[in-house]
Amino acid sequence: MDFSAVITEWFPYLIGGIFATLGLVGSALILGVLFGLPMAIGQVYGKRPIRFLVGIFVWFFRGLPVLVLLFLFYFGIFPGLGLDVPAFFVGATVLGLRGAAYQSQIFRGAIQSVSEGQMIAARSVGMTKLQSIRNVILPQAVRVALPGWSNEYPNILTDSSVCYAIGVMELMTRTSQIVSQTYITMPIYLLCAGVFILLNYAGMKVLHQIEKKIEIPGFGTGAA
Amino acid sequence: MENTETILRVENIHKSFGDLEVLKGVSFDVKKGETICFIGPSGTGKSTLLRCINLLTQPDQGSVWLGDGEVTNSGKNIDYFRQRIGMVFQNFFLFDHLTAVRNVEIALIKVKGMKPKEAREKALHELRQVGMEEWAEHYPAELSGGQAQRVSIARALAMDPDVILFDEPTSALDPELTREVLEVMKKLAQAGMTMLVVTHEMGFACSVANRIMFMEHGEIKEQGSPDELMNDTKFERCKNFIGQFSDISGD
Repeated sequence: MDFSAVITEWFPYLIGGIFATLGLVGSALILGVLFGLPMAIGQVYGKRPIRFLVGIFVWFFRGLPVLVLLFLFYFGIFPGLGLDVPAFFVGATVLGLRGAAYQSQIFRGAIQSVSEGQMIAARSVGMTKLQSIRNVILPQAVRVALPGWSNEYPNILTDSSVCYAIGVMELMTRTSQIVSQTYITMPIYLLCAGVFILLNYAGMKVLHQIEKKIEIPGFGTGAA
Repeated sequence: MENTETILRVENIHKSFGDLEVLKGVSFDVKKGETICFIGPSGTGKSTLLRCINLLTQPDQGSVWLGDGEVTNSGKNIDYFRQRIGMVFQNFFLFDHLTAVRNVEIALIKVKGMKPKEAREKALHELRQVGMEEWAEHYPAELSGGQAQRVSIARALAMDPDVILFDEPTSALDPELTREVLEVMKKLAQAGMTMLVVTHEMGFACSVANRIMFMEHGEIKEQGSPDELMNDTKFERCKNFIGQFSDISGD
């Protein structure tokens, strides 16, 4: 069997996997920002208990391998809470919370890189601390963070294949199913690899466009 | 001066950083429309004093009054007083992600709740006052130091403050840029804005200030009109300080 025949025959079955993988990555990235950004703000501006809690969260999710986290949540935490949720949901949650742990540190660094004078000036015109953070600090921090944050896309994209272990019907799972049915190995795995590379390339292109779009003179967003 | 209403009262301000006592009980009154220049050696607490007035630095002791309202101990109301007390910084501190006009209008919209269109008009008006209207759509990184400082003056003006604090506004600028900023400030002073200016520009202090306060070691050592400080023999220390400049420049 030649390669092109393999592709035409089995690619349609992979398409469902592509959507599942993109679904995992998309929800994980969104969760990551929704949790990561407030955590970063808490870590920089919050009181001690908040900083402590964020520290624990980051330590937990960065300290354990993805596979261990997946099993913990799939077999332990969700059932322990009496929740019977689909594997996809577990995968997205784990990738998202783990992403939040990493992203919080990217955002924290970016927030801390905004010069102190920006906050002083914002307060001097009568903004509250919260208004200053929202209107002055974050718009700058996000621009600083974006190049580093963009790394999260390929990270999560590649990590998402581990969800194979809990049976999420994503790219890797479908690939393995094809392999176990056809006993063709290399061409199928190469096909899977090719799809990952394409997804990676396309995603980075989009992120690059966003960087360019929000570029402002004086801010090195790395898009130049 | 016709209007002699006291607008700002500073009473017995003390401030220490660790063991270092930076301000040792500073008091003065400011009348509406007055321009007061604070001069003196570096590290004598001039900038700290300004920052204590709008509580960007919390004084250890003493009180600040704006009109009938106490700024110190104002709790959450401090944000209101900061709207009434404008501030211009040595390093401009323009909001780096916003164009000049956005820098001026953002507090009008977010703090004063003005409609965007109204705020834009007001912002452009203030930029015109400082000769920066043509640069409205430029980002801070695209402006010279003098231009940036003029925008930051417009930002302070836009809030219609009762008083503006200038913290060494020209210390980061070369002589040419210093001149363009001082001219704007002089115009403001003549228009009746109440201004407290920490500066090393003796020429400006002597020609524009109603009063000069000479500070040393955390205290106001001598104060008076420029004329008194330059000519009266009881102000020996201040005269020596100013005199150092003419030794070099020869004027």
